[in-house]
Amino acid sequence: MEQKERGYNVRAFGIAREIIGERQYFVATDGRTVGELRTLLMLKFPQLTTLRSLMVAVNNVYASDDQPLTAGDEIALIPPVSGG
Amino acid sequence: MIKITEKPIDIQKVVETASSLNAGAVNLFVGTVRSRANNKNVLWLEYEAYETMAIAEMKKVIEQASHRWPLLGWAVIHRIGTLKPGETSVAVAVSTPHRKDSFEACQFIMDQIKAHVPIWKKEVFEDGEEWVSARPEMVAKN
Repeated sequence: MEQKERGYNVRAFGIAREIIGERQYFVATDGRTVGELRTLLMLKFPQLTTLRSLMVAVNNVYASDDQPLTAGDEIALIPPVSGG
Repeated sequence: MIKITEKPIDIQKVVETASSLNAGAVNLFVGTVRSRANNKNVLWLEYEAYETMAIAEMKKVIEQASHRWPLLGWAVIHRIGTLKPGETSVAVAVSTPHRKDSFEACQFIMDQIKAHVPIWKKEVFEDGEEWVSARPEMVAKN
């Protein structure tokens, strides 16, 4: 499927996946940082703001809000972890 | 061994993998599913993982542990999918020359896994379900 809009595919897990309703969600944006992406998602899915935390991982590594995003990055929403 | 599996965990294999002829101690931690939570009966737990990142994070934990303690061998295995009370969700084993290090390293590894690894569990009760630790706790009831 061709994406004509600029944006990012975001993988969602756990409760974030249930809130968004999909395992993967395309965010159309010209934004370039992790923080901008997270803000957009929280606006689109306000239930995300009720979580204890919501981290973002870029290419399998936890990212800070000021980290820039590049097309092709693997981005994932990481709600509070509860392994073990 | 650092692994995520949907199959039941073979604890014997975990211990064997972590063992070393140079070790005086093998320390094993087994995480199990409790039958009660929040004063309710747990029907089952659903575990989910961001597998590639979970493996990467577990490798980082082992690396940190091996800088602090003289690890001779290790094995970390976490199960995902549907788990019933009594089943094993995770097993961690480390071997070291002397036992004190094995206790400390094993605890460290398990604590770090719980803090950082992208794995999530949802408790399923008769009257609902809840992702563990996802939301701030409600004010205590009187």
